[in-house]
Amino acid sequence: MMEKLIVSPSPHIHSGDTVEKKMYGVLIALIPTFIVSLIFFGLGALIVTIASVFFCVLFEFLIQKFLMKVKPTVMDGSAMLTGVLLAFNLPSNLPVWIIMIGALVAIGIGKLTFGGLGNNIFNPALVGRVFLLISFPAPMTTWPEPGLFPMNYLDATTGATVLNKIENHFGTIPDYFSLLLGNMGGSLGEVGALAILLGFLFMLWKKIIQWYIPVFVVLTVFAFTGIMNLINPVEYASPVIHILSGGLLLGAVFMATDYVTSPMTKAGMIIYAIGIGVITSIIRLWGAYPEGVSFAILIMNAITPLLNTYLKPKRYGVKIKNG
Amino acid sequence: MKTFKIGGIHPPQNKLSANKGTERLPLPKLVVIPLHQSLGAPSTLLVKKGENVKVGSLLAKSSGFISANIHSSVSGKVTKIDKVLDSSGYRKDAVFIEVEGDEWEESIDRTEKLIEEFNLSSEEIIAKIEQAGIVGLGGATFPTNVKLMSGNGKIDTLIINATECEPYLTDDHSLMLEKGREILIGIKILMKALGVNRAIIGIENNKKDAIEHLSALASEYNGIEVVALEVKYPQGGEKQLIDALIGRQVPSGKLPADVGTVVQNVGTTFAVYEAVQKNKPLFERLVTVTGKSLSKPMDVWARIGTPVRNLIEYAGGLPENTGKIIAGGPMMGKAIINMDVPVTKGMSGVLILSDKESLRKESRNCIRCGKCVKICPMGLVPSYLMTLTDFEEWEKAENFNITDCLECGSCSYTCPSNRPLLDYIRLGKGKVNQIIRNRK
Repeated sequence: MMEKLIVSPSPHIHSGDTVEKKMYGVLIALIPTFIVSLIFFGLGALIVTIASVFFCVLFEFLIQKFLMKVKPTVMDGSAMLTGVLLAFNLPSNLPVWIIMIGALVAIGIGKLTFGGLGNNIFNPALVGRVFLLISFPAPMTTWPEPGLFPMNYLDATTGATVLNKIENHFGTIPDYFSLLLGNMGGSLGEVGALAILLGFLFMLWKKIIQWYIPVFVVLTVFAFTGIMNLINPVEYASPVIHILSGGLLLGAVFMATDYVTSPMTKAGMIIYAIGIGVITSIIRLWGAYPEGVSFAILIMNAITPLLNTYLKPKRYGVKIKNG
Repeated sequence: MKTFKIGGIHPPQNKLSANKGTERLPLPKLVVIPLHQSLGAPSTLLVKKGENVKVGSLLAKSSGFISANIHSSVSGKVTKIDKVLDSSGYRKDAVFIEVEGDEWEESIDRTEKLIEEFNLSSEEIIAKIEQAGIVGLGGATFPTNVKLMSGNGKIDTLIINATECEPYLTDDHSLMLEKGREILIGIKILMKALGVNRAIIGIENNKKDAIEHLSALASEYNGIEVVALEVKYPQGGEKQLIDALIGRQVPSGKLPADVGTVVQNVGTTFAVYEAVQKNKPLFERLVTVTGKSLSKPMDVWARIGTPVRNLIEYAGGLPENTGKIIAGGPMMGKAIINMDVPVTKGMSGVLILSDKESLRKESRNCIRCGKCVKICPMGLVPSYLMTLTDFEEWEKAENFNITDCLECGSCSYTCPSNRPLLDYIRLGKGKVNQIIRNRK
């Protein structure tokens, strides 16, 4: 008898973990945030999210199939995730054609020009978002007022965000309870602090991400804005408001932790997170924009390859260098 | 509970053959005994075609500083000296013996009688171990006498590796349950050989009965301690085990003796007992025959040189849907080419994987999730080492300590993109080691 056996090097078993499991895991973690956006922004949130996901997946498919001529990878969940994250960074009354442009830039320029998932330097959703912010500043910075399952989309009543009010010193800041729940103006996914925290805990439980990046981003912003608040409480808002408003939590939990564009070692992650925190605070306190999370993450994305190269993990058998 | 500090994974245990006792494999008709069964140089052949040998007759002797004696595992006639494919996949010289009866060398004590007392000096013990051809039975097959000499005078603790962290394998577990007292005497002998007063047996906590059994026995012997370890792979890696048990880390390129310890596999201690107390050379071992598709997973005592086919048939026969046969465990074992491959001193298991289990999924882009970095027990960056190997950046690979890799396979196991990390790193490590050797 001649058996035909497979011969290959060890290891012979695999954990069964896949890119899909990771991507869909993050999508599941985003569900509570999506529910909060539906509650406060209603129909608009639904339309923006569906449009964004649809166009991201569509463009990924078309570009991979007809321009790159490779097997499309739309089912790995990464294009869907980019779509959801892009939508969560947009106001809920944004017209569909602008969303389409954002999706094209996110997927086409942010992701596929570099060779697809794994090769991109910058977070694709943020590339799309920042492109739209610079190209269409007016529609990108008029956010609808929150309601309770409002059924309007383009015709929603708009108002200023908390950070806008702080930047320009007007209006009343919602109480902390509203901030936690997300009852405030802002982009789709950035309002519900509790929902984002729930997603964070889910991802920690499922071991999708490690805790270093979100925690260090938030701590840095808290420390930075806290010190400024102590120095001049009239000019600078309380650190709690800085953390609970704007895109900070969404960015720290879901955007800064993007595998591809964040460092791989613990030391790298911590430095990267502190960098994001510092840049965000500087832009918020002294920059022209009221919000700076997107820019901060993109800037630190650019430094990630350096951090990966120079910050090695703690090696076995090396106690103290030159010691 | 103690464990090593850096990295590690938790693959499914699948200890299918646990607590099923052991059986003795019937003698085969033909054994094929390779002349290269240890690290280092192949042994020098001493017998000729047509010669009659007994169980325990010396077939080949150690041919250098790192090399080991090889004994006949059966009685009968040497029919030929020829090349054979062994579990490494290379063709090696081997002695083919047709089995006739089961006649042992007179010097071997075949009784089951336990012999506690020994009255030998360190040198005499090491000489006996060398004579018996004992090598590390955990799989690395480093000659035991050489290891003992490397540690002599420099060490304070003997570590016994009874972790059996590889999934599926249970031979060490069975051995501890059945030969506990012999193991402890073997440890005492090793302690004498090394001149140390302290020995620690590290056992993973999935073998509670073995921990209890050996702890009870160890209380009768001075200086032997049993420590339960958290279940985590690769706890049985020498460097990881030293870290887990005594909190010392072996610097890159150094030996355990440099941090005052020597690690011996628990199976080796039993072989030492038999060699020193019973004059029995190493010609048989306990092998786990296992696999989800196999009908009777079990631990069997097999003579060295028995074709793997006999073990598989004894355990219920080769299942229809077999994809791979692995010599050793699923993490570090080697896939073998056919069932004629003989059992060797370092073969702790024969694992059958179905064709479905054997398939590797398509490798995709690295998504830089950092999982491999988190779990690498040596604190390396596997994804980067793979890239450096791919681009043949040997100097950088050396600077990123590719030679520290212990080839445990945790990175490939974990990677969500199914990247063949270890395949590349193994290549790169070989290349960098070669460059380092040439530099000298």
